[in-house]
Amino acid sequence: MSTRRDFLKGVLASGAAATACAAAVPALARETRPRPPEALGLLYDATLCVGCKACVAACKTANDNPPEFSTVDHLWDTPLDTSGHTFNLIKMYRNGTMEVKDQETNGYAFMKTSCMHCGDPSCVSACPVSAMTKDPVTGVVGYNADKCIGCRYCVVACPFGIPKYQYDSPTGRIGKCELCRHRYKDGHYSACAEVCPTGATLYGKTSDLLIEAKRRLALKPGVPAKFPRGKLGGPDQSYETPAGKYLQHVYGEKEYGGTQVLKLSGVNFAKVGMPDLPPDAAAALSETIQHTLYGNLIMPFAVLGAMTYFAKRNVKPDDESSDKEGS
Amino acid sequence: MAENQHAAPAPVGGSLVNALTLTCGVFIALMAAILAVRFLFGLGAVTALNDGYPWGIWIVVDVVIGSAFACGGFSVAMLVYIFNKGEYHPLVRPALLASLFGYTLAGAGVIFDLGRWWNVWNMYWPGSVNPNSVMFEVAVCISLYVVVMWIEFSPVVFEKLGNNDARKKVGKAMFFIIALGTVLPMMHQSSLGTMLVVMGAQIHPLWQTPLQPLLYLLTAIAMGYAVVLFESCLTSSAYRRKLETHMLTPLAKVMLGFLAVYLVVRIGDVVVRGALPKAFVPSVEALMFWLEMACFIAPLILIGAESNRRNPGKLFLAGILLMLGGALLRLNGFLIGYETNVGDAGGFTYFPTLAEVLVTAGMFAIEVLGYIIITRRFPVLPREVVQAAH
Repeated sequence: MSTRRDFLKGVLASGAAATACAAAVPALARETRPRPPEALGLLYDATLCVGCKACVAACKTANDNPPEFSTVDHLWDTPLDTSGHTFNLIKMYRNGTMEVKDQETNGYAFMKTSCMHCGDPSCVSACPVSAMTKDPVTGVVGYNADKCIGCRYCVVACPFGIPKYQYDSPTGRIGKCELCRHRYKDGHYSACAEVCPTGATLYGKTSDLLIEAKRRLALKPGVPAKFPRGKLGGPDQSYETPAGKYLQHVYGEKEYGGTQVLKLSGVNFAKVGMPDLPPDAAAALSETIQHTLYGNLIMPFAVLGAMTYFAKRNVKPDDESSDKEGS
Repeated sequence: MAENQHAAPAPVGGSLVNALTLTCGVFIALMAAILAVRFLFGLGAVTALNDGYPWGIWIVVDVVIGSAFACGGFSVAMLVYIFNKGEYHPLVRPALLASLFGYTLAGAGVIFDLGRWWNVWNMYWPGSVNPNSVMFEVAVCISLYVVVMWIEFSPVVFEKLGNNDARKKVGKAMFFIIALGTVLPMMHQSSLGTMLVVMGAQIHPLWQTPLQPLLYLLTAIAMGYAVVLFESCLTSSAYRRKLETHMLTPLAKVMLGFLAVYLVVRIGDVVVRGALPKAFVPSVEALMFWLEMACFIAPLILIGAESNRRNPGKLFLAGILLMLGGALLRLNGFLIGYETNVGDAGGFTYFPTLAEVLVTAGMFAIEVLGYIIITRRFPVLPREVVQAAH
């Protein structure tokens, strides 16, 4: 009986083929991608935020989104979370007596929830049809409903829970902040930053915003300092106010390799809904695995070659009729 | 060349109308009605899906688990044609048929879940595809594999139609089709696991690992053999045919081999990554982890001994347990162990609606009904020397 030997040979050959290929393609390991040098983004400073939600209303208008109700009277737009129809929201942190703003115990704080425009976005890596893309210059993560198949892998993949789907419609789309890229041609920028009365949401190049964020972290709490509003590098709308008590952490500087939206807070970021993320993006690992296995289809073709060789030997040309003859 | 003498496949015959086929018909009709509502009013009208759980049982059960259950065709074909174990040849056609249905339906089932299904052609459009996307790899591979399986199965149809020329032509290329039919499932079954990697820390540490593709591939192959044990025992008893124990006993040994390798990799991975302590934290995740592990380990105990592998009842049970283990690995990874936006207590929950369950039931009903119709009318199962009365 030669079958056992053939079996073992088969196991060895296919194993060897697979190992050889895996060894031949380690160069495909993909590093986490940094932000593009000209990346645009926002700086949200929770210590400046007064929770007026002007940004939430402006975002609705700019993106032509309907109001969402969470109260019985249905009078005001009162979304409880971002959704397929709400791309920006100010959430509130409450603890104990809520006496002091930006304090973790017996305090309260605000936090903006909207797309972070990751340097290496999971949603872009996940999307099978390139409906979710990252602009190579501005780095804005944009969405194209004409390509989107509605699989919601982007919704699943995002560590911030940002892309959301419109389940209430037979033609539902994915909804997310696109940094108001559709308003740039009219000389506008992100509506949330445009309307923010305190400069808590500031628009600009992420590299400039990062410098501004670090300047703020170096300020002495309570000592008056200048804070720009609207667009960093735009017309001067700055004003003076006492600096807040910051955690020494620019959220988004290093998370997942860096995001284009940066955040400052007085309360632990995990407590205000910003997840603890490693410096390496999940997309980098996912794509490293994907391209190690399938890069240039080397491995699939090698295994296919081995399989074809054995199948050619073992499949009789007219397999079924030889069975019938009981040969 | 090892030649094995087997009875040629032949239609089982008998009536197509009975309590089982009628029940299947009712479930299929219910599914059609629910799907009509879904396509007219959107996913929210019939499902419990939400932004915290954007994937429910239509994806996790119908596609991820369903396609793994449909690995019998690939597992057996690999054994027979690649490793030249001709003695299992009679198992090829029925296993392939079950796989064909499983995969065709998994492919069709995806459409029900796609929120913008009319754009699905972008998946194959060169200007749209994203080769970085694991889902792109899975989708293209599954689509190709469905076509490959229909070609693999086409001799059965040609045989029924008496078209010998076409059968011979396909027969000449069959070795390549069979080779393709082993490589494609290896690719997408492993990638189904890789799909979890990009979700990062949203997946519980017990199920988040870069070894995902290997774990999913090993379990898919083992589940393939388990499904054959299950399906062969069930078919034999339903059609009152002779049990195929002479083939199932050694097949079960192959299955246990893959299972043992899987367990070594799985346990090793959990320990090396330092995730094991999470299995001892009182939580739903830990409970589900142990349930999953129990389902994987039980077959080793149940049919580890050769004498137990000759017992069809134990083979059947071991097959079911392994299928359950593989199903739990997938359910736990994609649903139980998934939590969106870690750190933010979003308060999202998901439990499938009756409508979702009925659609999943309808999908399985199509498989069962299709299997009955085809085995009764087409030459799939080996001819019985003495046909039992129906």
